[in-house]
Amino acid sequence: MNDLRELYREVILDHNRHPRNFGELQNPDKIIEGVNPLCGDRMTLYVKMENKKIQDISFKGTGCAISVASSSLMTEKAKGSSFEEIDALFEYVHEMLTGDPTTVASNLDTLDKLTALSGVREYPTRVKCATLAWHALKNAIVGSDDKISTE
Amino acid sequence: MTSAAELLNLSNLKDISSLRNDFPALHQNVNGKPLVYLDSAASAQRPQSVIDAMVTQDEQNHSNVHRGVHQLSQRSTEAYEGSREKVRAFINAQYHEEIVFTRGTTESINLVASSLGEKILTPDDEVLVTWMEHHSNIVPWQLACEKTGAKLRAVPINSNGELDLNEYTRLLTDKTKIVAVGHVSNALGTINPIEHIISTAHKVGALVVVDGAQSVPHIKIDVQAMDCDFYAFSGHKMYGPSGIGVLYGKKALLNDMPPYQGGGEMILTVSFEKTTYNELPCKFEAGTPNITGAVGLGATVDYLNSIDFDALSRYEADLLNYATEKFLELPGSRIIGTANKKASVLSFMLGDIHAHDLGTILDQDGIAIRTGHHCAMPVMDHFGIPATGRASFALYNNIEDIDRFILGLKESMELFK
Repeated sequence: MNDLRELYREVILDHNRHPRNFGELQNPDKIIEGVNPLCGDRMTLYVKMENKKIQDISFKGTGCAISVASSSLMTEKAKGSSFEEIDALFEYVHEMLTGDPTTVASNLDTLDKLTALSGVREYPTRVKCATLAWHALKNAIVGSDDKISTE
Repeated sequence: MTSAAELLNLSNLKDISSLRNDFPALHQNVNGKPLVYLDSAASAQRPQSVIDAMVTQDEQNHSNVHRGVHQLSQRSTEAYEGSREKVRAFINAQYHEEIVFTRGTTESINLVASSLGEKILTPDDEVLVTWMEHHSNIVPWQLACEKTGAKLRAVPINSNGELDLNEYTRLLTDKTKIVAVGHVSNALGTINPIEHIISTAHKVGALVVVDGAQSVPHIKIDVQAMDCDFYAFSGHKMYGPSGIGVLYGKKALLNDMPPYQGGGEMILTVSFEKTTYNELPCKFEAGTPNITGAVGLGATVDYLNSIDFDALSRYEADLLNYATEKFLELPGSRIIGTANKKASVLSFMLGDIHAHDLGTILDQDGIAIRTGHHCAMPVMDHFGIPATGRASFALYNNIEDIDRFILGLKESMELFK
């Protein structure tokens, strides 16, 4: 149970119960679909952007707690961020989930609440749940309309 | 509340429950807890006798089959063909030529869809599948329909996860050339009225391909009594090895079908002008087969032959009933698939906790369940859900397994409350 509390931290459970920026955006510049065929998760990301900056962002869909919380936390963080900042965040999050665990310690300020996702690295089968939204966002800012799949 | 002892017929339990000792993989700790394996519908564990038979084959007898004149090749050929004969007797096929070894159910269905489908289907024809099929009994037919212009139709299911037999009769017309149906649904557990489905299809002249992946480990199969035209199943769902499976087909039909793949083994003579094909079943077994897998499958059939399937059915029904009753006591519980006739599969939702989260939480307790869409997305669409958790019960599971499973679910609810 204690190990599981590392994965399902209060922040994750809260964002799963009450996802932020949930729903469709009016007149989005980009709509990106993401699917995780393994667990049946489907999410749609809506993005408004101007001058290489995320003006507004929201998401919709169904998914596990990790996927919903990660999407929710991401939209909070991404709103108002520049593409450059998003690129850096994407790398940090990726490192935190799959790479060098010390990334978290050296980027605490930047990652902020996103560190709640760091427990996922101990559960390799769940990493895709946490990264789905991030891959969708990455696609939104590089201009690809491709559907995102974790497989 | 009914107690475990009341729900179980203890005389059956004694016989069947000793079988658990035959399965070495079950006797280990996972995440520090004794393993509770409730994912046999995805892949079942193997008894020691099957593992031993495969090791002996690899250690002492391995060589290519049907090719060499030397001793090892002869031993391998005898073991390989011996397995074919065991499988024939196990499903009561008339001829050993009717047993084609494949990689598994998926390849068996692809073989029929490709070879038979492309031979007989025309743009005026229809192939009838059902809403509860596994993707492997949908996609091969879609491919065959794309190539031939035939149309794919699907029989709907009701809210219990049973086939709508009135709709089945309505959809079945003289355009229907092939009916492809699962004997037991992997996502719902529904046991379909297969004899009725087959005899009704035959009345309009349609051939019936049965996906038996989920039925063979639970139900005694008699392909002649059933009168199916094709029956496909996999080794690894019936306590045998993966990478080996069976396609049963009526001899006359298999004889008329063109080869599925070309290569060695399936030919009689080859020249650049003309190749003549080998007799059944070699015609459909191009290339060196999974010899060790086939030997393991033979040993699996031996193992299953030592089990009283009537007692097994009662035992698994008792497990399912106990699990269903205990599960329904949990607040927010919902069972997906409540057919009258069900195999020992419990597909479920628990409150608003996603199945994937449940799977991870249970795994921390050493409990293995399947989570997701179970390769049956149309079933999920029908019930308007993205995924379910699925606990499947096999001959080696027991009441303690189910109690641990329910406890794990209670812990999940605690964590997510």
